[in-house]
Amino acid sequence: MSKNNLQLDENGKLKHFLGIEGLNLPVLTEILDTAESFTSVTERTVKKVPILRGKTVANLFFEPSTRTRSTFELAAQRLSADVLTLNLNTSATSKGESLLDTIRNIEAMQIDMFVIRHQDSGSAHFFAQHVKPGVSVLNAGDGQHEHPTQAMLDMFTIRHFKKDFSQLRVAIIGDIAHSRVARSQIHALNILGAAEVRVIAPKTLLPVGIESLGVHLYNNLEQGLKDVDVVIMLRLQKERMRGALLPSEKEYFNLFGLTQERLNCANPDAIVMHPGPANRGVEIESSVMDGPQSVILQQVTFGIAVRMAVMSMTVGR
Amino acid sequence: MNIHIKNGLLIDPVNLSQTKTDVYTDGKLIVGVGKPPANFKANQTIDAHNHWVIPGLVDCQVRLREPGQVHKGTIESETQAAAANGITSLCIPPDTQPVIDNTAVVELIHHGNSKAGNHCHIYTIGALSQNLAGEQLTNMAGLKSSGCIALSNAKQPFNSNLVQRRAMEYAEGHKMLVIIQPRDHDLYANGCAHEGAISTRLGLPSIPEVAETAALAKDIELVAQTGARTHFGQLSCARSVDMIRQAKANGLPVTADCAMHQLFLTDHDLGEFDTSKLTIPPLRSQLDRQALRDGVVDGTIDCLCSDHQPHEIDAKLCPFPSAEPGISSLDTLLPLALRLAEEGLMTLPEVISRLTINPAKLLGIPAGNLSIGEWADICIIDPDAHYLCLGQDFISKGKNTPFEGWDFNGRVKTTIVAGRIVYNSSS
Repeated sequence: MSKNNLQLDENGKLKHFLGIEGLNLPVLTEILDTAESFTSVTERTVKKVPILRGKTVANLFFEPSTRTRSTFELAAQRLSADVLTLNLNTSATSKGESLLDTIRNIEAMQIDMFVIRHQDSGSAHFFAQHVKPGVSVLNAGDGQHEHPTQAMLDMFTIRHFKKDFSQLRVAIIGDIAHSRVARSQIHALNILGAAEVRVIAPKTLLPVGIESLGVHLYNNLEQGLKDVDVVIMLRLQKERMRGALLPSEKEYFNLFGLTQERLNCANPDAIVMHPGPANRGVEIESSVMDGPQSVILQQVTFGIAVRMAVMSMTVGR
Repeated sequence: MNIHIKNGLLIDPVNLSQTKTDVYTDGKLIVGVGKPPANFKANQTIDAHNHWVIPGLVDCQVRLREPGQVHKGTIESETQAAAANGITSLCIPPDTQPVIDNTAVVELIHHGNSKAGNHCHIYTIGALSQNLAGEQLTNMAGLKSSGCIALSNAKQPFNSNLVQRRAMEYAEGHKMLVIIQPRDHDLYANGCAHEGAISTRLGLPSIPEVAETAALAKDIELVAQTGARTHFGQLSCARSVDMIRQAKANGLPVTADCAMHQLFLTDHDLGEFDTSKLTIPPLRSQLDRQALRDGVVDGTIDCLCSDHQPHEIDAKLCPFPSAEPGISSLDTLLPLALRLAEEGLMTLPEVISRLTINPAKLLGIPAGNLSIGEWADICIIDPDAHYLCLGQDFISKGKNTPFEGWDFNGRVKTTIVAGRIVYNSSS
């Protein structure tokens, strides 16, 4: 794949951050190490560094988002950038403006970086192919393709609690088929050298050929959780019932909901993660979500540092 | 005007032979091969030394975009592209705007062709249902008498299997060929890429092979039930080839084609969301491509077509799932065909037969044959012309090609339609 060319500059440095696929271990490690250095910033009384002073970041959200959008905004502000956030699902596109015209118009406001979330897979690549030289594009989720900053904050969380990837068994549970987060996580875990990546889901939520990304498939939660060190739950969207992919939330919870009893099949020191927003009682039991093994809120905190890292590495080059 | 084409290598797709010989035409027909008829006086002599002389190509699936979408293509622009690429007969499916479901639209198209200069023969495919809505039958007898050579519901579904059965029965009653692109619309859903490891990796809404084969199985059963002579267009799956092979073995009156690009590209070519490669049916796996090639060689797939769909540049300048499917392929049909012969898949006359006499026969049109008394539809090729495929150089209004940058060998030098030179590369 020529993905490297689009994301990296001639010196192998991150130019855009579109997906984990095609990146290598040194780049991912650099993101994690840079994020590490920013965690101290976010704990200070004055939570700002001047790395992106004078730069302008445009957040373009064509799909609704709360936490990703907010953490991108905070990350940019803590790097001293000016931030413009546009919720475009209700604005320009509904007036018939083409995506290319949207890019050109916002670019004319002298933007240094686009953060884009869009319902079409490949939309971040499309942006990166059409922005002016010197402008960076960060993918905040494109269709069912990738959500690389979410995956990197998950990797950051795993490294924080588990240190070494090489001994880890990681299970990703839920709607793999429609999840851009899962795809990015799978790529990241394999590049970082995790011992095993498992996906656990009913067959209707496992996309064809997913094993070619380097995962083992499980249709049974108890079996899939055995000897696992990291448990990643995915959000189950309600509309999946309407598409006849699942019979009911109740049956899904009965078979794939994470309860304490089932979590006990995993290693005793396993951590539980969720990219949010979670459906309590559908994919995860409240007591597990709020329990001692859950690191879900730390994920959100780390999300700011990771996004600061990626922003500083691309625009701050 | 009498034309004498001398010293060319005549590629004969009927007898599957190639002979160095001369061809003589009058203002309409081929009047001599090898030696001129008595008292023949040539008004023009074309020296075809070192060139190939083949029947003009017959393309059974071309969208001219007129009437309806003249920003994508016009009868004039697209028939000129056809002529420049050796295509002398083309069939247009009924999904124009307005739909070809009444004689007035047929006349409009033929009028448009003569106004544009009759660069090629246009054959219209009438609609099976009014406005392609899949509910009420069209006046099929009227469409037939106005010149439609076949009937189809193009890409649109029938409201029910019952309507489809009736439509096929009624068409059979008028001895009209039915053309079907097998497609289960529920299973197609909003897919835009072949369902497999590539669509999973790219996160693209996918189209499983059963979206084609389930429909094809039903359609073949309806052929068995109704006896309607049926041509299946633009097949994409290995299993579809098997099903056609079996239907033919069972003696059913079926034929099939596939689009030329399906013999060269697969889902691996989607790369990083390359919208120039977005087609419906989608580019499928390497196994499918090989099965389609095998089907073309053994005759299960009777003919090849361009499935030409020109687009304005903006139609592809957007993220992959939002882009419009289809490729501009009049300009690449012949060079890709010649490549099949170069690769050794078939001999040159065999390849040419899939683009001339085979489609002409199954469509029932007078074309694809260089015998005395046939229409003088002729294409002269310079096989030694080497060039780079560039969309910007296309004669078609649509520059959307997935073959940008490919090296091609062989280029049309002269095209003759009904004894009249409609294209000359030096002109």
